Amino acid sequence: MDAEQLDQVFKALADPTRRRIIDRLREQPDQSLFQICAASVAQGGVALSRQAITQHLDMLQKAGLIQVRWAGRTKIHSLNLHPLQKAVDLWLRKHL
Amino acid sequence: MRIYITSVFVDDLSKALDFYTRVLGFQVKHDVPIGESRWLTVVSPEAPEGTELLLEPSGHPAVKPFKDALVEDGIPAASFQVDDLDAEHNRLRDLGVSFTMAPMDAGPVRMAVLDDTCGNLIQLVQMLGE
Repeated sequence: MDAEQLDQVFKALADPTRRRIIDRLREQPDQSLFQICAASVAQGGVALSRQAITQHLDMLQKAGLIQVRWAGRTKIHSLNLHPLQKAVDLWLRKHL
Repeated sequence: MRIYITSVFVDDLSKALDFYTRVLGFQVKHDVPIGESRWLTVVSPEAPEGTELLLEPSGHPAVKPFKDALVEDGIPAASFQVDDLDAEHNRLRDLGVSFTMAPMDAGPVRMAVLDDTCGNLIQLVQMLGE
């Protein structure tokens, strides 16, 4: 993991909605955009547009924290916490 | 003014007729030939005089990209209400229906999403009591 990838991980984490998406995907992996949006409304949080959630998912994907696969013709999102562990190893741990 | 009909674009009319009647359980209301096609609507047996669902051929070139984009993001093309979502989910799964979203609570409703085999996702919703 280079410095830019490390930046992307911290940038991705620097937003409560994106952290909530991570929390939700941990509880319930393999969700479509529709399901992530439905869950975000159901949680009583701020209702976000699909476009807003799409942008959050893009940032999480860029940081490598979300993986996308196809289930039939539907895009399914799940977590990949490997970059998070890398961020711990490379930077966070030396201050813990 | 009343909403008497709504529609879903279906890839294949005969296939759609089978899925929406035999599998989902709706019944034919109108089946009128129009040229080479048909005006085909179904209703719920629970409300035969209620809102009709038009099974509309997907022929227009704008329809496929529109449907594909919705399916890609898991977004349903229509939503139907049921009294007991989990029972309906089990019944349909036993009939071989594929669900892209298993039943989940979402605030005042419980919902699931299935594939209608005609190019659409369909949402089933149960209103949860207060």
